[in-house]
Amino acid sequence: METVKLTIDNKQIEVNKGTTLLKAAHRLGVEIPTLCHMELHDLNIENKPGGCRICVVEVQGRRNLAPACITKCEEGMTIKTHNARVLNARRTVMEFILSDHPKDCLICPKSGHCDLQDMANRLGIREIPGHEIAEMSTYRKDTSPSIIRELDKCIMCRRCEMMCNEVQTVGALSAVNRGFMAVVAPAFEQNLEYSPCTYCGQCVAVCPTGALTEVDHTRDVLRALVDPSKTVVVQTAPAVRAALGEEFGMKPGTLVTGKLVAALKALGFDYVFDTDFAADLTIMEEGTELLTRLGKHLKGEPDANIPILTSCCPGWVNFFEHNYPELKDVPSTAKSPQQMFGAIAKTYFADKISVKRQDMVVVSIMPCLAKKYESQRPEFAVDGNPDVDFSISTRELAAFIKQANIDFNDLPDMDFDRPLGESSGAAVIFGNTGGVIEAAVRTAFEIYTGKKLSRLDFTELRGMEGVRQATIDFNGFPLSIGIAHGLGNARKLLDEVKAGRSKFHAIEVMACPGGCIGGGGQPLHHGDSSILKARAKAIYEEDKNKPIRVSHENPYILQLYKEFLGEPNSEKAHHLLHTHYFDRKAKIIIKK
Amino acid sequence: MAKFRMHLLVCGGSTCRSSESDLIAESLRREIEEKGLQAEVQVIMTGCFGLCGKGPVVRVMPDNAFYVGVKPEDAPVIVAEHVIKGRRVQRLLYAGTAGKEPVSDPKHNGFHRKQIRIALRNCGFINPEDIDEYIARDGYAALGRCLTEMSPAQVVEQIKLSGLRGRGGGGFPTGLKWEIASRNKADQKYVVCNADEGDPGAFMDRSVLEGDPHSVLEAMAICGYAIGATQGLIYIRAEYPLAIQRLKTAIKQARDYGLLGEQILGTNFMFDIEMRYGAGAFVCGEETALIHSMEGERGEPTNKPPFPAESGFLGKPTNVNNVETLASVPVIINKGAGWFSSIGTEKSKGTKVFALAGKINNVGLIEVPMGTTLREVIFEIGGGIKNGRKFKAVQTGGPSGGCLTEKHLDIAIDFDNLIAAGSMMGSGGMIVMDEDDCMVSVAKFFLEFTVEESCGKCSPCRIGNKRLHELLTHITKGNGTMADLERLRNMSLVIKDTSLCGLGQSSPNPVLSTLANFMDEYVAHVSEKKCPSGQCRDLMRYTIIYDKCVGCTACARACPVNAISGERKEVHFIDQDKCIKCGACFEKCKFAAVLIN
Repeated sequence: METVKLTIDNKQIEVNKGTTLLKAAHRLGVEIPTLCHMELHDLNIENKPGGCRICVVEVQGRRNLAPACITKCEEGMTIKTHNARVLNARRTVMEFILSDHPKDCLICPKSGHCDLQDMANRLGIREIPGHEIAEMSTYRKDTSPSIIRELDKCIMCRRCEMMCNEVQTVGALSAVNRGFMAVVAPAFEQNLEYSPCTYCGQCVAVCPTGALTEVDHTRDVLRALVDPSKTVVVQTAPAVRAALGEEFGMKPGTLVTGKLVAALKALGFDYVFDTDFAADLTIMEEGTELLTRLGKHLKGEPDANIPILTSCCPGWVNFFEHNYPELKDVPSTAKSPQQMFGAIAKTYFADKISVKRQDMVVVSIMPCLAKKYESQRPEFAVDGNPDVDFSISTRELAAFIKQANIDFNDLPDMDFDRPLGESSGAAVIFGNTGGVIEAAVRTAFEIYTGKKLSRLDFTELRGMEGVRQATIDFNGFPLSIGIAHGLGNARKLLDEVKAGRSKFHAIEVMACPGGCIGGGGQPLHHGDSSILKARAKAIYEEDKNKPIRVSHENPYILQLYKEFLGEPNSEKAHHLLHTHYFDRKAKIIIKK
Repeated sequence: MAKFRMHLLVCGGSTCRSSESDLIAESLRREIEEKGLQAEVQVIMTGCFGLCGKGPVVRVMPDNAFYVGVKPEDAPVIVAEHVIKGRRVQRLLYAGTAGKEPVSDPKHNGFHRKQIRIALRNCGFINPEDIDEYIARDGYAALGRCLTEMSPAQVVEQIKLSGLRGRGGGGFPTGLKWEIASRNKADQKYVVCNADEGDPGAFMDRSVLEGDPHSVLEAMAICGYAIGATQGLIYIRAEYPLAIQRLKTAIKQARDYGLLGEQILGTNFMFDIEMRYGAGAFVCGEETALIHSMEGERGEPTNKPPFPAESGFLGKPTNVNNVETLASVPVIINKGAGWFSSIGTEKSKGTKVFALAGKINNVGLIEVPMGTTLREVIFEIGGGIKNGRKFKAVQTGGPSGGCLTEKHLDIAIDFDNLIAAGSMMGSGGMIVMDEDDCMVSVAKFFLEFTVEESCGKCSPCRIGNKRLHELLTHITKGNGTMADLERLRNMSLVIKDTSLCGLGQSSPNPVLSTLANFMDEYVAHVSEKKCPSGQCRDLMRYTIIYDKCVGCTACARACPVNAISGERKEVHFIDQDKCIKCGACFEKCKFAAVLIN
């Protein structure tokens, strides 16, 4: 590799050709501030429009200052990152940005997690000259089932646009208008609801300011909790326990399962259950469906519908309903664990504790914003009463715990309640990319072959690469598996399915990069992909420590089938645990 | 081609057409037919003559009589007197500058004397819709020469030697640009003609395309040969319908003649040209934004490098040249790099087209050798300031150029001198201002344009320019302070220093140059709350002079907001809180009793 030598702030450095000034400076311990730039290194995601101009530095011999995030190192360059010219320019540019930003930090949902606020602090901005005559660019506020867009706070960093278009290939967001009114929005400044948005929430996950936030349902939950006539049941998704600790100052990757249960009990939930229970149930249903379809496929039956696609991820479901409605019969009909949980809680469990459906409130704690929308889908309600009443994100839960004066760090570890709190290790790994299919393989293998697995860790299915594939030996039958995380990667596999070229028998898709651990409702990663890796590691650790590691050995699942559902894919199971999909292309409309 | 004893050239540029020049041509044709002269006299619609302010223009060749302000009803006189009797119609002849004797031969008038037309060589001379006329003027000879006598490297070398620099504003050496594009290897390369002329009041590119479209097509083919591209694209704004139509006609004719397409002139060289239409965003004149727009992306610039010559349209090496630059290329090949580089200054060779506008007598299009002084352009070619007013400033380089003053008038115009003086060449706009113009308002006016045209990608341009405009407005309303002037300067410098593309890097120029050259006017606005030119309405004060008012009540009756009070035959009084400064009282008063200050 060719290298170049340059001088940054009087320090010499030799770097590979093509290295940016920002990275070269970082290696010298010179941290040039950035705002629009964001890089998730392990996921190969980078946003670098060079638009905010906060990272400008002086390159000797050049007429203008250069943005460090996109300027490449050249032989013999002399760089100054903090001389008077640079500091004045950086401050003035920051003052410009702040002059067009609301000053309601005190009540902004992003306060304390806001990159812009941090930068104002870091640069020591104490006044905004001329703000008395400064007009602000203002826009209509848009509230969708999952995401709130308050574009007055948009600073045009374009991170959301990059996530939506390049990573997710959803194309709901792009820059519209020009000049002072330029902003990122759906086409024709339409509401998100009428765009191809999947509510994956990756735009929210990367938004540096309060421009994109989740719809907050914590007050609805509180109202249910204080209502004596309601029995409030809570379920928590696997990825939550691997990330919630970050909101309380713990190291990324700290598992807080026990404290999470204790906190939920302290908040007053009547029953603290685990979505993992429903994940085990999903495996029973989806695994059986896989084996049925596979059997048909091997017999050469035309309606085999192979490959089977997983259907746990609501962002992914929205994506194919919008973009591939012609393939809507290909995904598994199994509901997502969240919805399976709701359906069982409000029937089987409600009967067990003799509570009427309307008196039960099911709350889910999710790493996800699309789950909010999913819970509101009309097909997941009985007579207008939803199976899952409210879905709140990891971030909302953290805020809720703080409001309730609970010292999270000091909580004892507690266990989930029974029966819907028991789960296997296979269910826990649902939180990672590759986890759903690994869990399915564990169960399907043992059922298909009638043999016990000698090893449970299918490491060939794990990893952070966007598209992965593996072949598992099912007693001589090579089961071909594809995995995609991030909707752009899913699109690649789906295009193959559409063209009839897919070589896979089963494909797992998760909408968010990294899977649910990188979900749109998780604590903000601020562009640090090591956080996502630490969470993934924690999930696999939890799996390892579980006494039961395959779904079909969860005794409460077996009991549920025995007492209530009968067999997997039985008529009752179909009624409660399966769904169908819609063509949502028509939902994308241009409204004036 | 048929031979005629006389040609009546009627300007068919957009400006003259908007004054019904097509009706003039029609009337002339009808007259000629009525007199049975159609075999000896031809009427042609040509491209722009340049003297737009005096249009519509008709030129009679070979007599070289230059008629201005012609109307359709003048056709019988021109035909009866000039065509038949050989007598020039004195009342229509161009007078040079106001009040002087009519000049029949444009060679001898001030407007034409110092001009050298290279890019505009055929404008106003040939029928732009007839390829034969272009060929008759050595058209496509340069392409032939390149393809048969020169290697691509030799073509690049000629352009390098000529010293030609980009006419679109940047002034980047064209030959070097071609050389870089030719060095980059790729399966496909593109030649792009940047016809996204966006400066308000600038129309040199439009005039070339309307008056001589083939010169651009020929140059693009030459460039394609030189850099190894087979596909050309013309990015033109949809607001130029006439230019688009003439380009389409020209492309078709060139294809029919085998001058575009496969095996051009019997060689193995192939090259074709397509059109791409812009929606009229100023920033799309910036080459990376232009390329994104052609690709169907949002028209906004990206950081350079990579330069288009490395990674341009669809990621392929792309050479983007402006219309005027391209129009000079065939002449350089025909007459030689040495001839071209003998014209101009040390670092700026050849000629430059300027669009003269504002308070100048000869509003229009001119082409002068580099090194011509501003004084020559404004006072000789431009015919001086309108209505005998005093010259105050000239804005060069379009909306983001700088305002130069009296002391800059003897600067020899070239790329580097204008930058050194705090302005720039830009694409060649030149707006002349007289003593009635308020320079703070002028800066505000130009900022209004850049605020409107910023793409919004980078913060300093998106927000900074808006803040500049707001502060200028604040000052023109009399609310500014001396500290604001310093802030104005700092914001301007930072916007220039940190913006992503040429738009933001130059948009504060009007502010910086007026601050440098007209500081006294700014100070008057902020400390005395006065606008020396009387342009800033908020700073004006209408008062009634006690001694002069006779109490006729005319002013009070004219006032639309009842701000004037006073009994009949008594002195009247203007309530400053109510006054909206409309000036109605001033106009109505027969006794000059209303004072403006």
